[in-house]
Amino acid sequence: MQNLLGDKKAIFLFVFPTFLVFTVIIILPIFFSGYYSLLEWDGFSNGKFIGLGNYVDLFVNNTDGFTKGVKNSIVLAIVSVGIQLPISLLLALILARGVKFEKLYRTVYFIPVIISTVVIGQLWMKIYHPNYGMLNIILNKIGLGFLANEWIGNTQTALGAVFVALLWQYVGYHMLLMYASAKSISTEIYEAAKIDGANEPTLALKITIPLMKPILRVCVVFSVIGSFKAFDLIYVLTNGGPLHATEVPTTIMYTSIFAKYQYGYGSAMAIFIIVECLVATVIIQRMFGKDPVN
Amino acid sequence: MESNVMTVPQMNPKSKFSFKTTGKALLSLALAAYAIIQVYPLFWLLLFSFKDNNEIFGGNVLGLPEVWRWSNYTSALTTGDVGVYFINSIIVTAATILLSSVMLAATSYAIVRMYWKLNNLFLTYFLIGLMVPIHATLLPLFVILRNMHMLNTYWSLIIPYVAFALPMGIFILTGFLNSIPRELEEAACIDGCSIYKIFGKIIIPLLRPALATVAIFTYMNTWNELMFANTFINSEKLKTLTVGIMSLAGQHTTDWGPIGAGLVIATIPTLLIYVLLSDQVQKSLIVGSVKG
Repeated sequence: MQNLLGDKKAIFLFVFPTFLVFTVIIILPIFFSGYYSLLEWDGFSNGKFIGLGNYVDLFVNNTDGFTKGVKNSIVLAIVSVGIQLPISLLLALILARGVKFEKLYRTVYFIPVIISTVVIGQLWMKIYHPNYGMLNIILNKIGLGFLANEWIGNTQTALGAVFVALLWQYVGYHMLLMYASAKSISTEIYEAAKIDGANEPTLALKITIPLMKPILRVCVVFSVIGSFKAFDLIYVLTNGGPLHATEVPTTIMYTSIFAKYQYGYGSAMAIFIIVECLVATVIIQRMFGKDPVN
Repeated sequence: MESNVMTVPQMNPKSKFSFKTTGKALLSLALAAYAIIQVYPLFWLLLFSFKDNNEIFGGNVLGLPEVWRWSNYTSALTTGDVGVYFINSIIVTAATILLSSVMLAATSYAIVRMYWKLNNLFLTYFLIGLMVPIHATLLPLFVILRNMHMLNTYWSLIIPYVAFALPMGIFILTGFLNSIPRELEEAACIDGCSIYKIFGKIIIPLLRPALATVAIFTYMNTWNELMFANTFINSEKLKTLTVGIMSLAGQHTTDWGPIGAGLVIATIPTLLIYVLLSDQVQKSLIVGSVKG
């Protein structure tokens, strides 16, 4: 047994291909990105080393709306934590305490999560269409026609419209995580509390939510990081437009690299996004403190 | 207490009862309303995928199609190349799942069960990958693939997708392997099995449920991935569904029917998997959250 499981050749064969692919595709590129970010480089001629110049450009000589993109992504993070997570939590708490069609609702709420973001983006584009979109038509039908709008074509409403679609897509995901966590709480605790005369809202506030702290932290981390990294849906829906109204760091990064060939500058944005996500994760972990002892 | 019961002996339980039912009815109503918000847009997509522009622009935007135009589906599949995109997505996704499963099973097995000094170091190293956002690797990968003349090949997607499936897969499989008792392996060893036979005949079958979880997770990420697919492939013949459908919609911005049909076609496999395996799908995504 010892010999068999210590077979160095087998270990090498089992681990090396994975190690190679992982290192070349995931780990090395991070270092490359870090290096590119110090260059002024169009991707074809030789890059010129300019130190932290790109990082200075991001915030000082800001011409392409990067600071606005960062601001938008922070607003998105706030909206996700402040609106999306409470909706998810409410749905999760209701479903977890048992209602008719519990499983059906759980399954239905989750559907947008599994559908391709490109499909969801195209669909919401049609929903927001000024003339034939579902939203304006329904508004007209219920007598709120004066609210009808161009939604994603209007700089005033575009950001909000994009956020609604994003929140809609991921409510089910957070709901499912919270639901699974709430379901895992032993029913005996509830029985005991009920004998003491606690009603449902008290049970939720005093027992369920505190015991869900670890998963709530995960949801907050995912919401915030997801907001900082948001790309797919915004790229499909508006690509940062109109007039940079819905720009986020990733869309600007993508345009800088693949439309303007600013490889160094775009890499600085990529590094900024990673650092931003790491810092946010650490801060949120700290804010939540240690897990309660179960 | 007693006088209370005496004065309103019937009212009290009755009003409490009706309060409870009203509350429950309101709750059901709210849940149903939210369910409609989540699925009605998709239902609407299905409806307009059967309509033509005359019908939509003529005012029937919300209602059922007057004629169910299956021709939208045939034209999306033929002239719109959705069929080609579909096959590309299947090739890339299947290859990714297959390759990553084999690599994951072997590596996780070596890390958890085999005797060598660096197993924990390697485990930590692979798990670092959970933290890495794909944005940070996009440009370097593009440059590497360009220099190797691998842009516009299936491999330019399969290899990165496999790589990004590794950290989560190792996380799930090593956890699972830790919980399997060693008796079977020992018995096989006494019977004189080689390490490869033990791995193939005993470990792989045991790992099947965990591999299914990982495969579903990988499927979701691969089938829906946009950023790499959009950057590494621009040949019409190799585009996957996500990119293909986006360019299709870009070219025919006003042809709602065929675009809708394309969107529905892209969604059907995922929905089918979800309907058949919804518990498994939900489980795999819950497991995926543990890393946070």
